This record gives sequence, structure tokens and C-alpha cells, in this order.
Amino acid sequence: MSYKEIIAKYADKPGGIIEAYHAIQREMSYLPIEAVGETAEVFKVPVSQAYGVATFYSMFSVKARGKNIIRLCESAPCHVAGAEEVLAALEKELGIKVGESTADGKFALELSECVGQCQATPVLTVNGKPYFEVSPAKLTGILAEYK
Amino acid sequence: MAEEMRIVLRNYGKIDPLKIDDYIAQGGYKSLEKARSMDKKALMDEVKKSNLRGRGGAGFNCGMKWSFAASAQADQKYVVCNADEGEPGTYKDRLIMEGDPHTLIEGMAVCAYAIGATKGYIYLRGEYLFLVETLETAIAQAKEKGFLKDFDLEVRSGAGAYVCGEETALIESIEGKRGEPRFKPPYPPNEGLWSKPTIVNNVETYANIPVILEKGADWYAGIGVASYPGTKVLTLTGDVVNRTFFEVPTDTTIRDVVFTFGGGVRDGKRFKAVQIGGTSGAFIPESLLDTRVAFDDMNAIGATLGSGATFVMDETRDIVDVVTRIMKFFEHESCGKCTPCREGTARMHELMEKINEGQGSDKDTALLNKLGNVMTYSCLCGLGQASPAPALTTIKHFAADYQAKMK
Ligand SMILES: Cc1cc2nc3c(=O)[nH]c(=O)nc-3n(C[C@H](O)[C@H](O)[C@H](O)COP(=O)(O)O)c2cc1C
Ligand code: SF4
Ligand code: FES
Repeated sequence: MSYKEIIAKYADKPGGIIEAYHAIQREMSYLPIEAVGETAEVFKVPVSQAYGVATFYSMFSVKARGKNIIRLCESAPCHVAGAEEVLAALEKELGIKVGESTADGKFALELSECVGQCQATPVLTVNGKPYFEVSPAKLTGILAEYK
Repeated sequence: MAEEMRIVLRNYGKIDPLKIDDYIAQGGYKSLEKARSMDKKALMDEVKKSNLRGRGGAGFNCGMKWSFAASAQADQKYVVCNADEGEPGTYKDRLIMEGDPHTLIEGMAVCAYAIGATKGYIYLRGEYLFLVETLETAIAQAKEKGFLKDFDLEVRSGAGAYVCGEETALIESIEGKRGEPRFKPPYPPNEGLWSKPTIVNNVETYANIPVILEKGADWYAGIGVASYPGTKVLTLTGDVVNRTFFEVPTDTTIRDVVFTFGGGVRDGKRFKAVQIGGTSGAFIPESLLDTRVAFDDMNAIGATLGSGATFVMDETRDIVDVVTRIMKFFEHESCGKCTPCREGTARMHELMEKINEGQGSDKDTALLNKLGNVMTYSCLCGLGQASPAPALTTIKHFAADYQAKMK
């Protein structure tokens, strides 16, 4: 589906910009600037406001990024459970640093705060799906699901 | 011995959350029926009398809040559930929604009847998108069975902004805007979503309602501490043996939470501190562990109950380092709308970094104290107001940790 079609689906929802943005990102993993412009038009708000929303929330990105978004929780409970070693292993495995995407466009690596799964720390999510008690040894298996 | 008591988690793990008949078999939706047979004022008086206070952090009397919205005149009113649950170390609302979504829906429908609202929203944090289906299925089932009548309930998603847990920021976000807190007053019960009277309550708050109506306000008011009765769900993380959750009466002490329920500190190490209420919570030393997990008891020791997140640290943890990371969190999450917070969180982070790197002196802790106090009373919303607490309480209770890092 094109972003135009996606946005049109939410046009009648009062305040539905955020829902529309989520839907666009499910399709293309980020918010292209043209999609933000289109959103402004459809929801009848200034482009500055649509852009302001797109840049306010940490789950949205106006920059292109890898298709599968890996977010590692760095809040204190995950941190003390060993998130740092997981991060180092992730960077090595993917060959990129936090904030970057792999050259083949498959993965983007980001940090997040608590994702509310603190019973099984450390936690990472891929496209929102949580993985529990992750360790460097488990990474290859997790990444393989998205290759 | 302290024992668990399950009210909001009464059905957790016992019923199939996606089968409304399971919920009904446990007496589900009987309280809604009972509420609708009651006079609205009598209903709100009952909720007031139970002394149920908000479980989202601010501890406001629930029935009282409802009565403000009930008496406001408007053509439309809204019932909103705060399921933003952004406080690090907290997952209690997820447990309720995952395990027993109908108890939330029933609680919200009671509120809708009480205040005269026909539209409701569950504002679900973006990290819980996998729960949208559970909630929407449950809503559809309740509608199909005719329980919701004219009450229309919709799920809306957040997108990863901690400040959106603040009720007016949350309202802005449902309206499709940046989640920046509003100036108060007016308060949401008078002017909230799309400027209409709006009740915002936490998931755990709503989940108490069906049980209060079933067993009566007096029963509820008699559980735990009288000034903050009922139970609280606590989620234990960090260096504790049982990294899990418990629902306990509010007269349970922190000591019991950490050592009885939590099983004590991991790996045979000694206890150093516990931070309760999430990132902005105070760091509590051993000497204050006999405090009860009730709103005012916690306030009396300069702490907060907050979301009930309970983060345990053992003797090897570097408190100054932990606090430095926390200040980075607040610098990042500050929405930037007001100066004391936008600038203050950045400066506090800077000062903590300096101390953490061994470059600090007593002057810096004095500055932190001064700046922190100013922020506590001058920031626009609770984020800025509460953000200095970890620094202020550790400077007070763990002075030796700071001294050890001074140049
Ligand atoms: C920065 C900040 C974050 C908050 N986050 C939450 C949250 O995640 N969940 C919540 O229920 N309340 C949160 N609150 C409290 C809400 O503003 C509000 O008091 C609460 O939703 C009211 O519901 P209650 O009376 O049932 O507790 C937060 C407040 C602040 C200042
Ligand atoms: S205190 Fe911080 S988060 Fe709250 S309104 Fe001010 S800048 Fe925004
Ligand atoms: S602290 Fe990492 S999931 Fe909660």
C-alpha cells in the first residue's frame, strides 16, 4: 500500500495522525518527508505541526532506516542485568553502531527506555516484538528470524 | 507474615483473557449492572467512600475526581484510561490488560455511566502495540454481549514519549499533537480532551472498581492503610532474588517487599538501596525500610510510591553512576516546554557527569541541591518537578558514595 492510501484510511479519525504514522512505519519503517506533507494536508494541519509530531515521538523517524528495527532497552533494570554486553555483541554482529542501519537495509539499531517487560531482563524488541533474557549467545538466533 | 492479596490481579492466569464467558463466570460485568441500577450520586459516593486513590502516581481520590466531571455541564464527556506505563521498571498495567482486559473495560464503563460519558479511549503506550488486538477483541465481545450499551471505547497508541503519561500531555497526544503538558488549571475533569470534561485514570485504578462495587466500599476501605487503602501491584527488578511481581495490601513494609516477597538480595550480597516508583523515585536506604507502601507513608520519608516499580541495588552498585544515567534519561525525556526543566535537567546531568568522572567537589553537590529544589517547585509538570529526586535523595542518604568520587 502506498503512504497516500494508508493516510486516507485514517483521515476520518479525530487526532488520528499518530495512528497513521504507525501504519506508515509498519509498511516502510520510517516517515518519508512527503508522507508527512501528505498527512498535514489530509488532517488539515500546518506542515510544521505534522512534522512536529513526527519528530516528537521516539518511535518515529523522519530519516530512512533499516527495515527491521532493533531496540535494546537501556533502563536501569535491563542495564544491571547485562544490557551493555548485549549491545556490544549486537554492534559486532551487525557491524554497525547504535543509531545506524546495516548496509543491506535489513536492520536498524536503536536504544530505548523500558519497554515494560522487566520480569525477563535484558530485553530487546524487533519491530515491537519483545525478546526476553537476551544474551550475546542468543542474538544470532533472533536475527536469523528476520534475514 | 505478609501475604499477597489479589484484587486487580484476581483473575490473572486463571481465566482466558480472550473469553468473555470466563470473565462472566467469575462474576464479571455484574458490578456494571449493579452500578447502572444505582443513582449516580450514590454510586460516586460509594467510590469516594472506598477511598480508592489513583494508582498512576498522583494518588487523587477517584470518586471525588469523577464527581467533578459529573457536575460539569457539556454535550460530550470522555473517559480515558492511562495505559502509557512509561515508568522504567513497571509492567503492572500490562499484566492487567494482558491477563484480564475485561476488568479494565468494566471499570471504565462504570465511570462512563457515573459521569455521563458515551466515548472512551484507552491510551496504550507504543511499546504495547501487541496488546491492541487483545483489547479490541475484549471491547468487541463486551459490545456484542450488550454490556457497553451506548459507551463507545477505542484504543489509541502512544509512540515512545515518557512525558505522555502525564495526563494533559496524554490528552494532547490523543488529539494527534506533540505530547506537551498543558498549563493547569483547568483540570481535565472540567476541560480535557477536545476541551470537554474528561476523566483520566490509571489501568490499576479502573481495575479496582468492579471489586469495590461487588464487595462494598467499607470492605475496600478496611484493607491496608486507611489513608490509601487497598492493594498495590509492585514489580521487582534489579539485584533481587525474585524478579517478579506481587499485589500486596498497602500496609506491607518495603522490608517485606524486598526480603519476604523478593527473597532478599541476589548472590548473597548485601542490600544497599531500593528505588521505588520508577526513575524519579527516591533512593531509600536500609534505615527506612520499615515504611509501608502507601502514598502518604512514602511521602513522609521524602519518597513516592509512584507506579510501584521497585528497583533493588546491592552493595556493589555505583549509586552515583546510576543517578548520572537517570539524569541523562530526564534530559532526554524533558519535552522542552518550560525552561526550568529543559535547562535544569541538562545542567543536573552535566553536574552528575562531572562528579561521576571524578572531577566534582562539594560545590557541585551544593549546586545540585539548589537547582534541584528550584526545579521541584518551578517546573510546569511532574516530570520536571520529580526529576531531581534521585540526585537529592542520594546526596542525602548516600553522601559517602559521592565523597568517594570527589577530586
Ligand atoms: C511525567 C509523568 C509521567 C506519568 N506517567 C504515568 C503513567 O505512565 N501512567 C499513569 O497512570 N499515570 C502517569 N502519570 C500520572 C498522570 O498524570 C495522572 O495523574 C494519572 O493518570 C491519573 O490517574 P489515577 O488518578 O488513576 O492515578 C504521570 C505523570 C507524570 C508527571
Ligand atoms: S516540566 Fe519538563 S516535561 Fe514538564 S512541561 Fe516542563 S519541560 Fe515539559
Ligand atoms: S527495564 Fe528494560 S524492559 Fe523494563
